[in-house]
Amino acid sequence: MELETVIGLEVHAQLLTRSKIFCTCTTEFGRAPNESACPICLGMPGVLPVLNRTVVEFAMKLGLAVHATVARSCRFARKNYFYPDLPKGYQISQFEQPLCVGGHIDIQPNGGSKRIGLTRIHMEEDAGKLIHGENLGDPNSSYVDLNRAGIPLVEIVSEPDLSSPEEARAYLLKLKSLLQYLEVCDGNMEEGSLRCDANISLRPKGATALGTKTEIKNMNSFRNVQRALEYEIERQRAILSGGGTIHQETRLWDATQGVTLPMRSKEHAHDYRYFPEPDLVPLVVDEAWIVAVRATIPELPDEKRQRFERDYGLPAYDAEVLTTSRPLADYFETAARRYPKPKVVSNWVMGELLGALNRSGKEIGACPIAPENLAELLQLIDAGTISGKIAKTVFEEMFETSASPRAIVAEKGLTQISDSSAVERVVDEVIAANPEQLMQYRAGRTKLLGFFVGQVMKATHGKANPQLVNDLLREKLR
Amino acid sequence: MAHVDLSKKSASELRRAIQARELRAVEVAEAALQCIAERNGQLNAFISVCRQPALEAAAAVDAKVARGEELGILEGVPVAVKDNICTAGHPTTCASRILANFVPPYDSTVVRRLRQAGMVIVGKTNMDEFAMGSSSETSYFGAVHNPWALERITGGSSGGSAAAVAAGCVPLALGSDTGGSIRQPAGMCGVVGLKPTYGRVSRFGLVAFASSLDQIGPLGHHVEDVAALLQIISGHDPHDSTAADLPVEDYTRNLGRGVERLRLGVPKEYFIEGMDADIRAATEAVIQFYVEQGCRRVELSLPHTDYAIAAYYIVASSEASSNLARYDGVRYGYRTQGAGDLYSLYARTRAEGFGSEVKRRIMLGTFALSSGYYDAYYRKAQKVRTLIRQDFERAFAQVDAIICPVSPIPAFPIGEKFDDPLQMYLCDVFTLPASMGGVPGMSIPVGRTRHGLPIGVQLLAPHFKERTLLDLAAFYQRHFPEAFDLVK
Repeated sequence: MELETVIGLEVHAQLLTRSKIFCTCTTEFGRAPNESACPICLGMPGVLPVLNRTVVEFAMKLGLAVHATVARSCRFARKNYFYPDLPKGYQISQFEQPLCVGGHIDIQPNGGSKRIGLTRIHMEEDAGKLIHGENLGDPNSSYVDLNRAGIPLVEIVSEPDLSSPEEARAYLLKLKSLLQYLEVCDGNMEEGSLRCDANISLRPKGATALGTKTEIKNMNSFRNVQRALEYEIERQRAILSGGGTIHQETRLWDATQGVTLPMRSKEHAHDYRYFPEPDLVPLVVDEAWIVAVRATIPELPDEKRQRFERDYGLPAYDAEVLTTSRPLADYFETAARRYPKPKVVSNWVMGELLGALNRSGKEIGACPIAPENLAELLQLIDAGTISGKIAKTVFEEMFETSASPRAIVAEKGLTQISDSSAVERVVDEVIAANPEQLMQYRAGRTKLLGFFVGQVMKATHGKANPQLVNDLLREKLR
Repeated sequence: MAHVDLSKKSASELRRAIQARELRAVEVAEAALQCIAERNGQLNAFISVCRQPALEAAAAVDAKVARGEELGILEGVPVAVKDNICTAGHPTTCASRILANFVPPYDSTVVRRLRQAGMVIVGKTNMDEFAMGSSSETSYFGAVHNPWALERITGGSSGGSAAAVAAGCVPLALGSDTGGSIRQPAGMCGVVGLKPTYGRVSRFGLVAFASSLDQIGPLGHHVEDVAALLQIISGHDPHDSTAADLPVEDYTRNLGRGVERLRLGVPKEYFIEGMDADIRAATEAVIQFYVEQGCRRVELSLPHTDYAIAAYYIVASSEASSNLARYDGVRYGYRTQGAGDLYSLYARTRAEGFGSEVKRRIMLGTFALSSGYYDAYYRKAQKVRTLIRQDFERAFAQVDAIICPVSPIPAFPIGEKFDDPLQMYLCDVFTLPASMGGVPGMSIPVGRTRHGLPIGVQLLAPHFKERTLLDLAAFYQRHFPEAFDLVK
């Protein structure tokens, strides 16, 4: 029996507000443990939450960007459970009445296009962090750091519309890109500002009813999401093919062993006893507020991609890659304004530039080469000042030093030799020095032209204008 | 130093005497502290006393007088604060073992306002543990004794505040009312107590029992003082989203005027089989008095009254089960010794830290919120709450205030109902509906039973119409000052 995969993702994104969701503590990263933890973060007796309106605006911004319906009235709810990183014994979240309902995200798997439905987007507070004592104080103790408690999160729940790990990965990357475009989340999975849980099940191809699902947690990179889902599909397939049944459970991805393992049942046997949070009044969102928030939404990846194809005449693939992140797209556009051959710019950005960034582990925002300088480099090639080959050397130097290409070419004497008398002198020398090859060439082995070109380039340290060298050699070898 | 008998002077008289330099604020504070020292052994009304900070606050008032400055309406007046209201740097225990060592690093909004108003906080009053009770017997620090009859309860949960006022140790106190916890002890101790509209007074720093019902309010000997204290503590607070952003009426000016034209509703559901005959008679007499003064008596029905107790105990316990989850021994408060793992740390800390009534309500609330029971209990109770609220809305379309008893019985002997929670819960039958409806309610002393126990009458008004309650009460006190006399 052929089986198909059904995946839905629950993504938590930390919002980039300056203060926490229910108090004025800073969200700044890297403070000493519990330095950003006030009595409200600590859940002290008698304290009350007060909603940070910027959190609502960020969540609305995301909701509007994914075409969700923003509820005119929504509520917070308490999710009750005991854990030492949860100071109040409940998390303030949203349950029956979330801020956003519906919406969709379009992904482009393998060049096609697929619409992934969204169930809801809601706001909630993050919990703190437990640090176990191995590297800190008493090795047998656990320590609680509440700096993260109260950091605002949105949870984005997708419909079970994803049918492969690749689609799940594409969806996540698209969501990350959207969050970054909107400047509401930095999208860093490795650092935990973007977290993903997956619900996954298999069913006979074409069936409408869903199979029994498992929930996979602890996948802390885009690659791990894909690996974990691939593993889980094979695990479920093996069980189902053997006539077994899937046990509905929560499983943890173990990246070291490359397997998903069941969570101990005690850890998820929760009845969260949700009920409306009585310390917060219902949140009312009026049309004016929605209009104001909508006005802050920039051009989003899909629109930008279409515009890049249309206005710059770029191939779909180039447009897709260049619009993944807003700084990358901006970089391209700045360079393409100064050097209006978009496909050439695109080749350099996607090839040399992304390669160099990747190798050095740098983000586009920290790129040592200013887009204006990249454009200047390309102009130097067009002007014949340097060859394309030399340009690669200059590029590397630019990436190292951030210097302008003109300065590097001048400093290192890399200017192309286009003076025909100077090149002619070298050509004559090379021909004179290789009588054997000259004879063979004249006897008909014309492919020895390459040998002569190489010798000339070697003698000029690559600076001779290649076209000129070719022309002169053809003439003199005849 | 001249001895000041606080039971003989209203707060406004004290303030006037301090301003006129007839009394020093420090003398007044000393008198309150002296009274507490003398009486607390019998009454157990205070859990802790703030001697040094009180004398310093009083000295600051005296210095202000010495500089010739004008004092605020209650400046220099001693006040007691229920021990579930946070006071920075001073223990706030909720009468629970689990918070016996808890010292908040912040003031509640009301305490901040008392301090800004120059009031002198002399001590923290005893109460039912976490305000869960109707008798002030469930305190980890022992039961509060009624100044009128020491072997009897004060009512609860603000029993310590009511007893402190009734004993003449302070002219004013703060209590909190979730289902009657200000009105019922005020009634049983023969003092004035007012539960404001839900949202009139900030809850920031009030240790939560049931967040959607809890409300801080004043208790006192004189209606005008209670009005002045309400004036000080009321108003919007950016730290409490449920505190209404509505202007605060003037509660003190021309108090007691214009009562003669009011329409008073008398709900038939509040005159029930089995209620104390003296209480029934006294309530009727008060209604008669107002009618003789020109008020119109309107018979009415609040048909969902009977369901209030059941709905209240579900809603309040549900919220409490969640509000009290934070007492886990991890960050502050009591922690069990030698727990080997996380589960036993939680289980033992809470088993040892909470008393039996608190545990009963946590279990009740946890059950009511559990998956599979939520709709049958919590959701249904919320629907009942809406119906009760609508009862009041309909009633207040016809009348300006409602008049009824506070409690079906007077103060009973300590221990009598301690092991019978249902009997105990019935004591709140007349106070719970106003809490569920969020409307303001007030208890005023109107006489004594044949056994000499205080009787209170309850006045209810529409949302944010505290002024109507205060006018009716002030009018009554003007005509029957002896009903407000404190125990000799």
